Parts: sequence; C-alpha cells; structure tokens
Amino acid sequence: MSAGVGVDLENLWIRFGDFVAVRDANVKINGGDFFSFLGPSGCGKTTILRAVSGFLEPSEGNVLIGGNNMRGIGPNKRPTALIFQNLALFPLMKVWENITFSMEIKGASSAERRKRADELLDMIALPDQGDKLPNELSGGQRQRVAIARALCAEPDVLLLDEPLSALDLKLRQHMRTELREIQKRVGITFIYITHDQGEALTMSDNIAVMRAGVIDQIADGKTIYNDPNTAFAASFVGENNVFRGKVKQIMGNEALIATNRSGDLVARISTTNQGKMKEGDDAMMFVRPEAFAIAPDGASGDHFVTARVNHEEFEGNAFNIFTEGEGGKEIKVSIPNHGQSFDDHTGQNITLEYETHNAVIVPAGELAAE
Amino acid sequence: MPQFLKEFFNRNGTGMGLAILGLVLFWTIGLIILPQLSMLDFSFRPNLPPPEIGGPKDVYTLENYKYLIYGPEGGSQDYNTVDLRVFFRTLVAAVCVTIFNLIICYPIAYYLGQSEGSHIRIFAIMLIIPYWINEILRAFALRIIFGETGVLNTLFLGLGVWDTPFDFIRNDIALYAGLGYAYILLMIFPMYNVIESLDKNQIEAARDLGAPWWRIHWRVVIPYAKPGISSGCTMVFMLSAGALAAPQILGGPSSLWFTQLIYQQFNDNNDWPQGAAYAIVLLVTCILFVLAVMRLFKVNMGDIGK
Repeated sequence: MSAGVGVDLENLWIRFGDFVAVRDANVKINGGDFFSFLGPSGCGKTTILRAVSGFLEPSEGNVLIGGNNMRGIGPNKRPTALIFQNLALFPLMKVWENITFSMEIKGASSAERRKRADELLDMIALPDQGDKLPNELSGGQRQRVAIARALCAEPDVLLLDEPLSALDLKLRQHMRTELREIQKRVGITFIYITHDQGEALTMSDNIAVMRAGVIDQIADGKTIYNDPNTAFAASFVGENNVFRGKVKQIMGNEALIATNRSGDLVARISTTNQGKMKEGDDAMMFVRPEAFAIAPDGASGDHFVTARVNHEEFEGNAFNIFTEGEGGKEIKVSIPNHGQSFDDHTGQNITLEYETHNAVIVPAGELAAE
Repeated sequence: MPQFLKEFFNRNGTGMGLAILGLVLFWTIGLIILPQLSMLDFSFRPNLPPPEIGGPKDVYTLENYKYLIYGPEGGSQDYNTVDLRVFFRTLVAAVCVTIFNLIICYPIAYYLGQSEGSHIRIFAIMLIIPYWINEILRAFALRIIFGETGVLNTLFLGLGVWDTPFDFIRNDIALYAGLGYAYILLMIFPMYNVIESLDKNQIEAARDLGAPWWRIHWRVVIPYAKPGISSGCTMVFMLSAGALAAPQILGGPSSLWFTQLIYQQFNDNNDWPQGAAYAIVLLVTCILFVLAVMRLFKVNMGDIGK
C-alpha cells in the first residue's frame, strides 16, 4: 500500500525528567495503514501519539510524516488530526460548526461550511443533526461527530487516542467496524492507540505492542497472536497459559522445555527468537486456551499436560475448564461448543493435548499484569 | 408551599430550615431591601429641618431628581451641567476601568486557570495578600508612586525620559491605576474559576485543527469563560462606579467622581434627600446599564452567579 502518507519514527526517545516514557522507538507505518499501538496504560503509547501530533517534541530522534521531518512544526501545522479520548468537542458550538471548525480557520464561507458539514454528516449517518449541540447527541453520535470534525481538516494521518473507551460494549464493537470502514473509504493513515487487544486485532493492519516505553513487537494481528516474540506480547494479547521452565534441548525450530510443573514439553520457538535461544536458558511456553484439547486418559508425552480440574464454566460458544496451574495461576482450556455432550470434570485429573506448532516458546520475561 | 421550599425543609429539617430561611430573609430584606427602600423614600422628600419632618411641608416631590437635571431653581444655566457631566464621566470612566481590567486580568486568569503546579497557589497568594492592606493605604501608596516627586517621576527624570515631572494625578492616570488595581481580584477570580474547569483537550483540539492562538481564545476559551467574564465585569463596573476612596485620594483636583457628589450632599450639605436621589440615580443607571450589556452579549442572569 502506498496510497496514503506514511509515518516513520526514528530512534525516538521521550523523557520527562528522569522518567523515560518512550525508549528508542523505531516504527515504520505505511501510508493508508490502520496502525495500532497496543499496550497497558502508562506504557507510553499516548506519548508517542502526542509526539506525532506535535504536542510534544521528542527528546531524541525524529518523527517523519510523508518523509518530512516534523521537528519544530507545531500541531496546528502538521497534516495530522487527533481524536481525543474524551473527544473534546466544543460544547458551545453546534455540531456543524464543530465539524467545520478547521474550515472556519481557513476562512471558508458559512455556506461552504454548511455544505461540507452536510456531506460529512451524511457520511457518518447523522443527517439533519447539524444544528444540535454536542451534548444533545448520544455517546456514539458524538463519537462520529469527532471523527467527522477530524476528517473535515483533510489530514494525511488521523490519530485516535482510545476514542472508543467511553462507549458501552455493544456500541464499541459496532464502532470498530464503522471506524475500519471509514478508514477504508477515506484511505488515509490511521494511527490508533488502545489498551484493548480486541480493538487492535479487529481493526488494524499492523500493531505495535508496547510495554513500559519499549515496543516489543510490530506485526500484523495474526502474527502477534500466533507468533509473539516476547512473554509480554504473548500474555498481553489474548488469553494465554504460561509454562515456565528451562530449555532442555533445541531441535531446529522447536525446543524441549523442562517445565517447573508439567514435565518436559515441546513447542515451536517464536520466529524472531529462532536461533537465539540455547540450552539452559530460562524460557516460557505459551499455549492458548483454544489450542488445548482433552486427550484420552493415560496419554502422555511431550505435548500432554495432566492437571486437576478446579472448576468449569459454560460460556455459550465454549466450555471453559480451569485446572490447577503454576504459581496459583490456573490453566484455562476452551473447548468449542458444537452441541456435543460435555462431562463435568471438576475434581478429576484430566490430560490435555496440544499440537506443538500451536504452542510457542519465548525467552522468560515480564508477563502482562492481569 | 412550593415544591422547592418543601424539599428545602425536608432536607434541612424544620428547625434548621426556618433558621436558615430566617437569616437569609433578614439579610436580604432587613439589611439590603429595607434600607434601600428608606433611601428611596428619602429621595422623594424635601430636605426639611427636623421640626418640620412629618409636617405639612413633608410631601412627596421630584425636586431632588429635577435638581440633578436642571440645577438650582433660578440658576444661571438651563441644565445642571456640572453634576451631569460628573455623572456621565463617572460612568464612562467606570466602563474604561472595567475594560482595562478585563484586558489585564484575562491573561492572568487564563494562565492561572490552565497551568498546573504549586506555583499557581503562590501566585494566587501574591495576588490576595495585598488586599489585606486597607483600601486607603493602598491608594496612598499609589500616590507615592505617581506623585510629582514620586517613584515613577524620579525614575524617569533620572533616566532622562522626560525633563519636567509628569502630573499623573492631574491626568487621572493615578486614578485609573488605583481603581484598576482595587478590583483586579474581583475580575481575575470569577474568570479563573471558569477557565480552570475548561478541558485542556478543547484547547489542544482547536490547535490540532489548525487554529492560531488568538482564534483558540476567540472561539473556545472566551465563549466558555463568558459567565466568569460577565460576572467579573459586572462587579468591577459596579464597584468602580461606586468607589469613593480611590477618587478622593487619587483623583485630580478637577475630576470629581459622582460618589463624591453624593458624599458631599449627605455629609457637607447635610441634604440626605438630595444625596439619596443622586445615589438612587447612580444605582438604577448602573443596573440598567449592566442589564443592557448583558442582553447585548447574551448573558443570562444565572451565569453571573458562576
């Protein structure tokens, strides 16, 4: 994709006094991409967004938009538009004035502005709402007005700072689809900040997973989910079961791990760590809840885990089994529900099976907080 | 009983409710409305020696108001130009002081309201503490600064900026400075209160959409701060128009303030009805003026309370 304007972060450091908010970030965002920064609160993702929008000058390194270095260029001169977490609509301006504020600045006539506002209101499916005040609209409608206001400025890059976090679940899911559609329609680069991995996975072309100022991994959603390169990325994105241990043997792209609790297990070494791990290293193996299946009793081997079932729950689309795990943490197993009968295993030992290519090994590291 | 009173008593209990209500009524009626009504009554009566009060000559009359417009009967002029000129000059000057104060205080209030950190508290204290000093002392302090041999003249004469002392007092600069300074807090704090609650994201959003700083103020901050601005302006205007100490001490010999005329009537001429009439005219004019300006800028009465 080369339709839109790309954004590059080069060796970006941002410090506040002694605190390092962003540590040596290098990111290449392709023009026309929907790119997400995903991480827990306080990981520095909003700081990066503020550096791109121009509200903050990086301590070191550069922000390039469309190949142009943005150092010293203020937020009002950058080809970016920012959608704030709280939207920051102007409460005393009518919806149409809000949307076309950027045109007012350029001196457009009121008739032109009205016309453009009506077009944008049609696009966000809010026709005839232009004369209302923002607080007369619902949360989802305000959300769309904020998007229209940002798009009206015809930015090359739209920056979104967790704009869906204030909405309720249903609306949030609906807005995900809508945002993605709008992005495809306008074709400009979207940079999206979120702590919600569901949002990041469903909308993004590419995702940067951030932890404490450091970008752990940049890849598309599938890769991040299936092939995380750090313990943090593995545990932050989606649910995951962790098995700690030491590398016992490297076998090509796979390794045998002597786990603390579940014996020796085999799994695939995550792609970026292949060739870098060696025997004796502390390692973590991750298996997704849905990657487990219940094995026949008595089965054993290097891709079987036996554990006592603590409790079970029925979630509708899946049966969840929680077994005793390591360090007080339970192992979660999800068995898809396709109408089969399901026995209660509570209190029993069961054997779980996984396919080695569905389990991934990374060097031991910090896990995401629950 | 109206609903709000019922709720009021439910919330506070009958005893406490009655006590609060009684105090509020005493405050508004006993201390504000009744004395003003008696002033109003005075203003429509002739100035009689005590024995004749209540006598046949004690009738309601418009004489005191006519005096402000036409002057003494059989006077040399058709209109009371001296007093009328003072009256309008006072109003215009009060408007000027208000605008001057607004221009100075808005940036301060904006700065205080939108910055973070403990230095804001220190700035606020530095603004408040001078007001512990009483008004008269402050006015005399300004005389020291602006006087013919005062600080400013000494400085500028010494620097050679001008060679004869500049008469700040005769030119009313000292008066305007004194009045302006007397009420800056009343201008700053209502604005500060409102601006403090303005979401910083609004300012950033406007900037992000390309607005230069002046447009951010014009379209985002000032409309939002309007209740505070109108509240501050109203107070400064009313108090400037009604000020006495600053004009007395800092005014030039030829520039009377209308309050000084009122004071003269009450005190020097011992003509309470005439003083009351002058005071009522000033009060009513100020109120009407403020209401008109509020109307012009589409400010609601409720906003003033913010």
